[in-house]
Amino acid sequence: MAVYKFKTPISEEDIRKLKVNDVLYVTGTIVTARDQAHRRALEFFKQGKPLPLNLEGLAVFHCGPVVSKEGDKWTAVAAGPTTSTRMDIFEDEFIKNFKVRVVIGKGGMGKKTTDAIAKYGAVYGAFTGGAAILAARAIKNVRGVEWLDLGTPEAMWIFEVEEFGPLAVAIDSHGNNIFTDVQKKVEEGKQRIYQKLGLTT
Amino acid sequence: MDIGKIVEDVAFNLLKQAVIYLPDDVKQALKKAYAEETSDTGKTQLKAILDNVELAEKYKAPVCQDTGTIIFYVKAGSEAKDLDKIENALINATRKATKEIPLRPNSVDPFTQKNSGDNTGRYIPFLHWEIVPGNSIELTAMTKGGGSENVCVTGMLVPGEGINGLKKFVIDAVIKAGAQPCPPTILGMAIGGGADISIKLAKKTLLKPLNESNPNPEIAKLERDIFEAANMTGIGPMGLGGKTTVLGVHVDYAFRHPASFPAAVAFNCWAARRASARINADGTIEYLTHKIK
Repeated sequence: MAVYKFKTPISEEDIRKLKVNDVLYVTGTIVTARDQAHRRALEFFKQGKPLPLNLEGLAVFHCGPVVSKEGDKWTAVAAGPTTSTRMDIFEDEFIKNFKVRVVIGKGGMGKKTTDAIAKYGAVYGAFTGGAAILAARAIKNVRGVEWLDLGTPEAMWIFEVEEFGPLAVAIDSHGNNIFTDVQKKVEEGKQRIYQKLGLTT
Repeated sequence: MDIGKIVEDVAFNLLKQAVIYLPDDVKQALKKAYAEETSDTGKTQLKAILDNVELAEKYKAPVCQDTGTIIFYVKAGSEAKDLDKIENALINATRKATKEIPLRPNSVDPFTQKNSGDNTGRYIPFLHWEIVPGNSIELTAMTKGGGSENVCVTGMLVPGEGINGLKKFVIDAVIKAGAQPCPPTILGMAIGGGADISIKLAKKTLLKPLNESNPNPEIAKLERDIFEAANMTGIGPMGLGGKTTVLGVHVDYAFRHPASFPAAVAFNCWAARRASARINADGTIEYLTHKIK
């Protein structure tokens, strides 16, 4: 379990050094995207329209923050991760087209995303679900927001962060996925639990 | 005396208490879990949770960015006056809390996908009414996160399998939910009544403190058995592996139709946010779960 501190833009070479169970802290630019922003970003790509920001080497964060606005200035009040599985239907294309190097979320992702992470060079960093203030304290500046018409949770927020983490590297570019490993073990131990509860199956 | 205004102020305070300050019983359970967790990754997750709980209190900010769907449980004394003012007052409190705490706007029209922006909408905030003897009004605010809501289940089990069917149903639900509901979670379970009644009762048990087990010793034993079994799964904090998967289990029941065995499991994330207060007939207020800060 090694600890890495990377600055964006992160290179493919650097990200491939990471292995599952390592801990990563990211400094630089991260952008939020949930279901709606993923969908719109991919539509833009299909239509040949540029995104509001070049995402190459950056981190995409599955997050719908609590924000407040004073004058023209936005502040991230609370900004923990949302469940990543909802983005599974978009993420392989997202990684492939926009070359993000870190996907930050909670709950893990499926095989399609795991394959894309290995193929294009990225990691999935699990941020502790609900640890919204820990995350917000690492956000030093809200650089901007795009697509506010989607509502504040679904908009694309551009954050400048300092040592954003700890991110548990849960899917690495070598095809490992902690969540799948845990699930496998849980399934293997299921009969033992049934027995404890006096169930015959 | 303006009951509407009092209810609005109290509901606003309850929402604020609930989203910022975790109940003491939940904090204690998290600390115990951290002390006992043996997986390194699991321990890191619990440490981040505990640090975050402390930071939320320090900066008076919502403990989780998903400030949930807002639900109120109202126990109205049958002799309390102006009960017709309560619904509007709770809606106003919700709007004010969304703007001032602030809360994340979490109320979306399912047909147009438009977010109302203020946490209100058709049936939202949802109000559960109960008429009780007396002249006071007891209000409870629950702000229920979406991640843990997405794995709640209701099932119509086979009556012949009895409680064993229920045990399998809940363990399978915990395993299927895996990392999604932000474990360690709290499980609310209920049997009987009907499909709607079982999930309603299950969710309501999430209002109980973790250290309050069912007064019926047999049901309390079922709660303990499920608790131990769920923690044997190895799902662990945030699904990254470990021995802390649930912090507590509550069971409730209603009598069932002879042909039916409805069962429900309501999950709550570790950020189990709830707060209650009593408004007495003379307008005095007692905060029941949090000391007003």
